[in-house]
Amino acid sequence: MAMSRDEILRLVQGVMVDALGIDEDEAAPDASLMGDLGAESIDFLDIVFRLEKVFGIKIPREELFPIENMMTNPEFVSNGKLTAKGLAEMRIRMPHTDLASFEGDPDINKLGDLFTVNSIVNYIEGKLGKK
Amino acid sequence: MRWIWIDKFVEFESGKRAVSVKNVTLAEEHLHDHFPGFPVMPECLMIEAMAQTAGILVGQAKNFEEKVILAKINKCVFFDYVRPGDTLKLEANIESIAPEAAGTKGKITRDDTLVAEIDLMFSHIDQNIGGKKFPDENFVFTDMFASLMQGIGLSEKKA
Repeated sequence: MAMSRDEILRLVQGVMVDALGIDEDEAAPDASLMGDLGAESIDFLDIVFRLEKVFGIKIPREELFPIENMMTNPEFVSNGKLTAKGLAEMRIRMPHTDLASFEGDPDINKLGDLFTVNSIVNYIEGKLGKK
Repeated sequence: MRWIWIDKFVEFESGKRAVSVKNVTLAEEHLHDHFPGFPVMPECLMIEAMAQTAGILVGQAKNFEEKVILAKINKCVFFDYVRPGDTLKLEANIESIAPEAAGTKGKITRDDTLVAEIDLMFSHIDQNIGGKKFPDENFVFTDMFASLMQGIGLSEKKA
């Protein structure tokens, strides 16, 4: 039987608690991984490993957190902001992420805020739906 | 690797698990100060012993081509003191391994007593940190540690 969104959320929250050493109530759906929960780059890999185990799925490199290799491409980034082309690319690569608030001021320093507990739930939900 | 803190491997299953041994001796000078009259092995050095055991396991899985760096201590819990004369057995298992990193689960025992549980994450640094360049030579797996791999048929890098 397909997992409900609530069940996915609960499991994702459990992954955050284990990977980031936070309390359960900190892993709110709108909490951002870097800003609110203090995740660093190695934590993202840790989270990917744990999600793969918990949900029994394979998460291809760059699919869940695909921005790193975009940042060095001058077509996508100019003066510390994403270009129109960069934004378009991001919409394709990160359909599970809510970009609305970011599009007004696409400062790459704020990219970290895009990764929230919710965006991971969206990603997992999409992934499980395709199984 | 700049210094060796485990004595030998006793089991090695490529890409899966490794078991090493570390003998603790009062000849280790830090034990004289940690603590005077009550020498106990510092817990950070138990983490180091596990990092070497698991790190070599992870390195060997990729033929020692990656620079394997301890990136995160996911868990470490200590259950007992380790004293001079103790022989520690360190068992590490690879839980996950990807092009850019690996996660391991480990436990340290003395005879049948559980001494510590230590879970670690290692980064393959050439595959990380936004494409930053590191020296070509593998400064992690130098010849210094080759002697450790002898006796279990892993003393030489595979071609």
